[in-house]
Amino acid sequence: MTKRAADVSVSPPRRRRSTYTLAPLVLIAANVVLFALFFVWPAVIGLVYSFTNYTGVGAFQFVGMDNYHNLFGDSAFYDALTRTLLYTVLFVPLNFALSLLIANVLVSKHAKGASVARVVFFIPWLLSPIVVGVLWRWLFGENFGLVNYVVEKFGGSAVPWQSNADLSLVVVVVAASWAWTGFSMLLFIAAIKNVPVSYYEAASLDGAGPWRQFISITLPSIAPTSFIVILLNTINAMKEYPLFVSLNNGGPGTSNNLLVQYIYQTGFQRGQIGYASAASFVLMLILMAVAIIQLVVNRRVENR
Amino acid sequence: MTTTDMPRKADAGPGRSVSKKRPRGASSGGLRRAVPATTLLWILACLYGLPVLWFILSSFKPAGDLFSYPLTLVPHHPTLSGYLTAWRSANFSQYFINTTLVCVITTILTVGASCCTGYALAKYDNKWLKAFFICILATTMLPGEVMLAPEFLVVRNLGLYNSFAGIILPAVLTATGCFMFRQFFLTVPDELVEAARIDGARELSIFLRIMVPLSRPIMLTLAILSFQWRWNDYIWPLLMLNDPNKFTVQIGIQSIVGAQNINWSVLLGASVISMIPLIVIFLVFQRYVMGADINAGLKD
Repeated sequence: MTKRAADVSVSPPRRRRSTYTLAPLVLIAANVVLFALFFVWPAVIGLVYSFTNYTGVGAFQFVGMDNYHNLFGDSAFYDALTRTLLYTVLFVPLNFALSLLIANVLVSKHAKGASVARVVFFIPWLLSPIVVGVLWRWLFGENFGLVNYVVEKFGGSAVPWQSNADLSLVVVVVAASWAWTGFSMLLFIAAIKNVPVSYYEAASLDGAGPWRQFISITLPSIAPTSFIVILLNTINAMKEYPLFVSLNNGGPGTSNNLLVQYIYQTGFQRGQIGYASAASFVLMLILMAVAIIQLVVNRRVENR
Repeated sequence: MTTTDMPRKADAGPGRSVSKKRPRGASSGGLRRAVPATTLLWILACLYGLPVLWFILSSFKPAGDLFSYPLTLVPHHPTLSGYLTAWRSANFSQYFINTTLVCVITTILTVGASCCTGYALAKYDNKWLKAFFICILATTMLPGEVMLAPEFLVVRNLGLYNSFAGIILPAVLTATGCFMFRQFFLTVPDELVEAARIDGARELSIFLRIMVPLSRPIMLTLAILSFQWRWNDYIWPLLMLNDPNKFTVQIGIQSIVGAQNINWSVLLGASVISMIPLIVIFLVFQRYVMGADINAGLKD
């Protein structure tokens, strides 16, 4: 890109060349070191430890595939895995639909006050998952929460938001969608604004209504962004932990312990580092599969 | 990944956005269309804004009023007692200072490292640079949570356990930051670099004296994002820190939630205090976040 034969003749080629190796090397040095220290090294020892019975201190033995065998016989791991997948399957579409709807309303020139509303939608994204959890715990308290108060006001009976495992998962799904809307929405707004206006004008002349225009023009045009939103949200959902901790602490009981919480508990509370590393690698394989599927599909869509 | 110039194009001229959609509506029946769209927008905005509003208003209620029926939106006897107790008790002011320190240092290092890397990726053409770019890509696929245990062991082996450095250093390399700077520097014409080279400038001084000042808006955007990620971090500081005097705000809040009997008055106060810095930064620098060229590489 920058090196051309013509430029090289301006000054002695050897000196120039060495500068070009040295300068970028100096520039990326910090990140290369950090990458090696905090990415490559943990990844390698994690893989090694996943075949051992290491407890974090002292000696350890190689146990072959035992950890992986045990993992798939461990009902707590299975529950965490299925609960994580269920959470992801519920959260990703809900977040997608909400943020796309809001992005569309925000770019519509008919909606008044869009710039103020955009800030309102964005603020939840600024809050930490811990605070989001506290906030929704406060809203959905069984005996004191605003939601049950409203439900009772309208003649219903208090809903067990915290003591029913499925309902408490639903509360987390809603809370997470609420918190992540601002970010997905921002990506969608940028994508929708880039759809050429002439498409809509032509469709409008052909008599296509707003819904038809959305289905036939907007959705296909923003497909690459849609995939990015789905990918990022899937990764975020698979590694969710703080939101659960502060909203219901994975409860009631242990029914909503997700994968990261399972890894945290086995690795750090029970000191089974080897076993936790094996669980981490299962999570890693899932994420890699998600990313690869997404990349393949995305490429196919872009090449169409 | 080629979206750098997209938001710019979109608001390139006011004339463009006027004729955005459904041109017929502009001249006739503007109100007829405005009413449903505006209504829908504000119903949604209320749904999103109400939880925060309810939360903040509740935090001004005296502890005794928090659970008194009927619930009221606006506190009858507004008080700051929840805030004061939160601030004084449980070292919360210390947590606040710790978090600010960690966030500021991490942010400065992140912006610096990302700027350098992004520039190198955009303006030099080496095979190993491309290889490193793929390595950075890989970090987006593997969030830190996946390598919790081994990463903990590495940081412990480096002697960084229970130190701020143990929180700061692993967080400095972010793919998002590198992407943002790379995308920006790709839009800076190569001729600028060439001209400086012909004038005899050395590579690093071209970077420091021409490129760094040019990239100020990106720096600000990444700084805001980075500050937010670190401020909201929970699991890594929780693992790293053992000494209660070094705890961060999020750990402090979570420890109130984890208590046998939740002291809601203190919890609400502490939570609202923890939101303030981010909301202030966001409101001041809104346009840098809202117009940011954030795309595929986003991750904390």
